[in-house]
Amino acid sequence: MTSSIEIAGVGKDFRLNHSRSLKDMVVSKVRKKDRHETFQALDDVSVQVQQGESVALLGLNGSGKSTLLKLISGVMRPDRGSIRVRGRLAGLIEVGAGFHPDLTGRENVFLNGAILGMDEATIHRRFDEIVAFSEIEKFIDTEVKFYSSGMFLRLAFSVCVYTEPEVFLVDEILAVGDEPFQQKCLARIREIQDEGRTLVIVSHDLDMVQKICERGVVLERGHVVYDGESAGAVQQLRR
Amino acid sequence: MATVGSAGIEPTEPGIGHGLLDVAKNRFLLHLLVKKELRVRYQASMLGILWSYVKPAVQFVVFYLALGVFLELNKGTEDYAVYLFSGVVVINLFGEAFGNATRSIVGNGALVRKIYLPRQLFPLASLQVAFVHFLPQLLVLVVGTLVAGWRPNLAQLAGGILAIFIVCTLAFGLGLLFGAVNVMFRDAENFVDLIIMVATWLSPVLYTWDRVANALSDVPWLFTLYQLNPLTAAVELFHWCFWYPATSGSSALPPNMIAFGFAGLAVSLLILAFGDFVFRRLEGRFAQEL
Ligand SMILES: Nc1ncnc2c1ncn2[C@@H]1O[C@H](COP(=O)(O)OP(=O)(O)O)[C@@H](O)[C@H]1O
Ligand SMILES: [Mg+2]
Repeated sequence: MTSSIEIAGVGKDFRLNHSRSLKDMVVSKVRKKDRHETFQALDDVSVQVQQGESVALLGLNGSGKSTLLKLISGVMRPDRGSIRVRGRLAGLIEVGAGFHPDLTGRENVFLNGAILGMDEATIHRRFDEIVAFSEIEKFIDTEVKFYSSGMFLRLAFSVCVYTEPEVFLVDEILAVGDEPFQQKCLARIREIQDEGRTLVIVSHDLDMVQKICERGVVLERGHVVYDGESAGAVQQLRR
Repeated sequence: MATVGSAGIEPTEPGIGHGLLDVAKNRFLLHLLVKKELRVRYQASMLGILWSYVKPAVQFVVFYLALGVFLELNKGTEDYAVYLFSGVVVINLFGEAFGNATRSIVGNGALVRKIYLPRQLFPLASLQVAFVHFLPQLLVLVVGTLVAGWRPNLAQLAGGILAIFIVCTLAFGLGLLFGAVNVMFRDAENFVDLIIMVATWLSPVLYTWDRVANALSDVPWLFTLYQLNPLTAAVELFHWCFWYPATSGSSALPPNMIAFGFAGLAVSLLILAFGDFVFRRLEGRFAQEL
């Protein structure tokens, strides 16, 4: 079996007080305030994810889930330990992160597709599928700022699920749209799994996560406190 | 559908890029970012891209009236209007590219914080947007100088191209540098506004080089320093390309103009190398500092 993501002894610290101007910096220097008060968002996290595996990343707010996903996607760099990823990765840290309200749906599909690593030919080839999946064909040439929030999320999600990376990172975005659309998303996730892609999912919908993922990892204040069957992980969290 | 296989792929460390080399692989995304920038900027504006004519036109008229007519620089310099505008065009390209590149990382913070991309794309997109705005101004300059009787030779045209190259390299290098620093300290963008304002006056845009040479005749090394400024080199090359061939050719060109052109290019390339170095050192912290 080939590993897809190798996280070994990873730690990440954040500074508590960010100063954005030279004046702030000088002031805190003069007052001898410790500017470098840090806080460990992640400490000694080690997780191996095999290719084709689906892992749920669970934990309370602030436990470090998003931080870990950002480290895996390369948005941030770990302060300690190492991370290795095989193949192309798409981090859906937030649906619609690259969407611009002043552009039309069509322009946003292209822009976001490219941002998530698709090349021009792939986007052209996938365009109709993406739009069909989102079910907003009629509004595709309307500026996104006139979309309802549901429509917006559906289009953004549709772009994401057609980017075809080897590794998918999904952060709290599965609760998109109405019930029928959610069913469709689940079906698409299953397809992605059947294609042998690796998934790491963060979600607060514990029942759904249990259905999708066989494995669960629970974070608590930056430490891994459980790694095993997803049913067990959900139990640990509900305790 | 066949299952994807990544067994043969070597694992890589996420977030480690190849800097400017990655940009070459993302040309399509770069193109879309430039298009987005232009679309968004002129959204709901009636004149749209015409604004890129209006602004330099007003600026030109004001300078021309104040300096050319009231201060009578008109009289000392042949075709002063063409002289003035060829310098203004160069400085505008520099100012817009540099200013926007400096703001580009913070301005695209939502993306930088959430998705990993080669971040050099953002200042580079700013440079391209500035270039799109530069082209209509260049067109106006060409029409103006043709009216004044423009007859350039090949060397002079090459000098113009060298000047554009110098300005773009310099603005991009400085944009990388200050764009990265601006993430840590927002003072950078105010500082850059100051540099851009001063740039117009520190290069021979409004006046001619010989006034500086006269004023600095006792300290010749200061004049050499003045000429080593890549912007001075670029502005003089633009004069040589677009203004000089429209005049009777009786004005003296600055000493060693072409040599200083290449020196300006060398200085700009050094600044680009330094900007890229600093940018790479700081980019790992962009997402958490924004
Ligand atoms: N850029 C940052 N600067 C400072 N602190 C941060 C930053 N990002 C996250 N944190 C802190 O790190 C902790 C973990 O955050 P996060 O990973 O977003 O938690 P989760 O996604 O599990 O809710 C939180 O306490 C949060 O305040
Ligand atoms: Mg989170």
